[in-house]
Amino acid sequence: MQAFTQLAGLAVPLDRANVDTDMIIPKQFLKSIKRSGFGPNLFDELRYLDEGQPDQDSSQRPINPDFVLNFPRYKGAKILLARDNFGCGSSREHAPWALLDFGISCVIAPSFADIFYNNCFKNGILPITLMDEQVDQLFEDTLAKEGFELTVDLEAGVIRGSSAGDIEFNIDSFRRHCLLHGLDDIGLTLEQSSSIKKYEQKRQQQAPWLFT
Amino acid sequence: MAGKTLYDKLWDSHLVKQQDDGSCLIYIDRHLLHEVTSPQAFEGLRIAGRQPWRIDTNLATPDHNVPTTADERAIGVDGIADPVSKIQVVTLDDNCDEFGITEFKMQDERQGIVHVVGPEQGATLPGMTVVCGDSHTATHGAMGALAHGIGTSEVEHVLATQCLIQKKSQNMLVRVDGVLGAGVTSKDVVLAIIGVIGTAGGTGYAIEFGGTVFEDMTMEGRMTVCNMAIEAGARVGMVAVDQTTIDYVEGRPFSPKGEHWELAVAAWQDLHSDDDAEFDHVVVLDGASIAPQVTWGTSPEMVLPVFAQVPNPAKEKDDVKAAGITRALEYMGLTAEQAITDIRLDRVFIGSCTNSRIEDLRAAAAVVKGKMVAASLKQALVVPGSGLVKAQAEAEGLHTVFTDAGLEWREPGCSMCLAMNADKLGSGEHCASTSNRNFEGRQGFGGRTHLVSPAMAAAAAIAGHFVDVRTFA
Repeated sequence: MQAFTQLAGLAVPLDRANVDTDMIIPKQFLKSIKRSGFGPNLFDELRYLDEGQPDQDSSQRPINPDFVLNFPRYKGAKILLARDNFGCGSSREHAPWALLDFGISCVIAPSFADIFYNNCFKNGILPITLMDEQVDQLFEDTLAKEGFELTVDLEAGVIRGSSAGDIEFNIDSFRRHCLLHGLDDIGLTLEQSSSIKKYEQKRQQQAPWLFT
Repeated sequence: MAGKTLYDKLWDSHLVKQQDDGSCLIYIDRHLLHEVTSPQAFEGLRIAGRQPWRIDTNLATPDHNVPTTADERAIGVDGIADPVSKIQVVTLDDNCDEFGITEFKMQDERQGIVHVVGPEQGATLPGMTVVCGDSHTATHGAMGALAHGIGTSEVEHVLATQCLIQKKSQNMLVRVDGVLGAGVTSKDVVLAIIGVIGTAGGTGYAIEFGGTVFEDMTMEGRMTVCNMAIEAGARVGMVAVDQTTIDYVEGRPFSPKGEHWELAVAAWQDLHSDDDAEFDHVVVLDGASIAPQVTWGTSPEMVLPVFAQVPNPAKEKDDVKAAGITRALEYMGLTAEQAITDIRLDRVFIGSCTNSRIEDLRAAAAVVKGKMVAASLKQALVVPGSGLVKAQAEAEGLHTVFTDAGLEWREPGCSMCLAMNADKLGSGEHCASTSNRNFEGRQGFGGRTHLVSPAMAAAAAIAGHFVDVRTFA
């Protein structure tokens, strides 16, 4: 996994609550058996005017000029500003894979759905939860100035660049540690093999029907 | 000290280790797999040169991509017309064969929707931790299990370590007291709950469903309710173990037998919240006041009783909510204050991990028996949840009740719930669906989904529009 330490880039404001994972990456693209290549189909039904198909050359498709990700001023955005309950719905990890493949590795919102939030950390994406007013402020900053950039510093736990000054944020310490160092958490868990085996021995005595 | 909730008990009994920073290693008893969220996990294992920790805890079946017509199914995997879908199903078969994982393949009568198959086989039991790369894994909480969906990285983590790194959720109790009225089902109860607490109301919580309505409910009804916990934002939904649970589990293929059965039943007696347990949040509803529900918008929280009118954004004070209503009405092709019973339907779908079990099919068949589907309908599909549900329904003659009434009787799979196979809505089409999500495009590009119970879907199929099943004859 790619480590996440600092990120500086354009922020794109997606002003819509309850953005679900079907919206982030529609079902027809879940048929891939790879982790990559989902970027062209991120927000497919919002970004394009036609119905997308897997293995299609998306560069030839009619784009929706009214969708914010298609605005020229947000081209190359690395940070997504979002609203409440971002990533609700299915557990598909294709949603963070699509964001990452598109070039977005930080999402800032007032709240996230649990499974999506968790999936982000497994892929080097930083989801930041801020208060409503702080998110409102960032939306205003972004809309007010073309080329508005933010710097997200995970080490310091600070977002820099807002007209209202630095914004602090908190991330659970284990997740922060894994992101900062790009750690594979399967490797970390396997370091606990003896604890897992000890648990299994104890559990087998208590609940032998689970070990047949 | 306060007593423990059911969630506390399940959590504590699976805690392998708690780290200093509060993150916990939780042991997983049952891991269910399907073709969509597992290929990248198996690939990860291979790349890292890792082996599954405990093969016998894994159980797999293809469900999302499988075709549901008898012709396509008769020739097995080669009958999958979509080459991309076929690759996924073949990949699951290959991965299970390579690692020695038990799989109910497409031609196996036990194949079906993974959340129907698990309980049906006794593969998900009270007191277990159950995970699957699918958010509707909460279904298995109906058994008094700790069950939730995970992403593909966690599928790989469970395969490799039998554990997950977790933070404990908070406890929420949703209590529904009293008795449900005639014609009101478990689906109406869970939709009404989501209408009250909202689609993010359960975020960060594990929800226990308690009260007389759930005590009186069948296991299949409890599965429908727990299934949709995620639609209220909660990864985990569960119901305490009682005699109904134990009667359901007894004698199933994977259920404990003999001496182990006695031991298990004794241990399961403790799988309820203590009387003095404290919940972080409690929501109480009156069962008698719940009417048949219909979603009108593009989020499960956009739900109303069938006799209501869709909302008017001009009357909503919150700007963000008003914008959400306006957008949803536009997408759904509805006008403000339109009566729900005036919504004309193009298709009806009876199926999905929410509502494709035998009781669901019986309820729908009872409504359509001796009637004909409305001529204005393009299609009405009935898709049983597993091969065994299908066989049971056919033994009871339900399939001919459906086909005589003009509904199509299909092979088991996820089907039109998420339209990864050929069963989908056309753009602009309205569908009465017994599934779980009415998101934009969920059932097909531009499709318009209305979530309802099987009885309500069946009545709508006959009428061609929504009707109150309580007064429908």
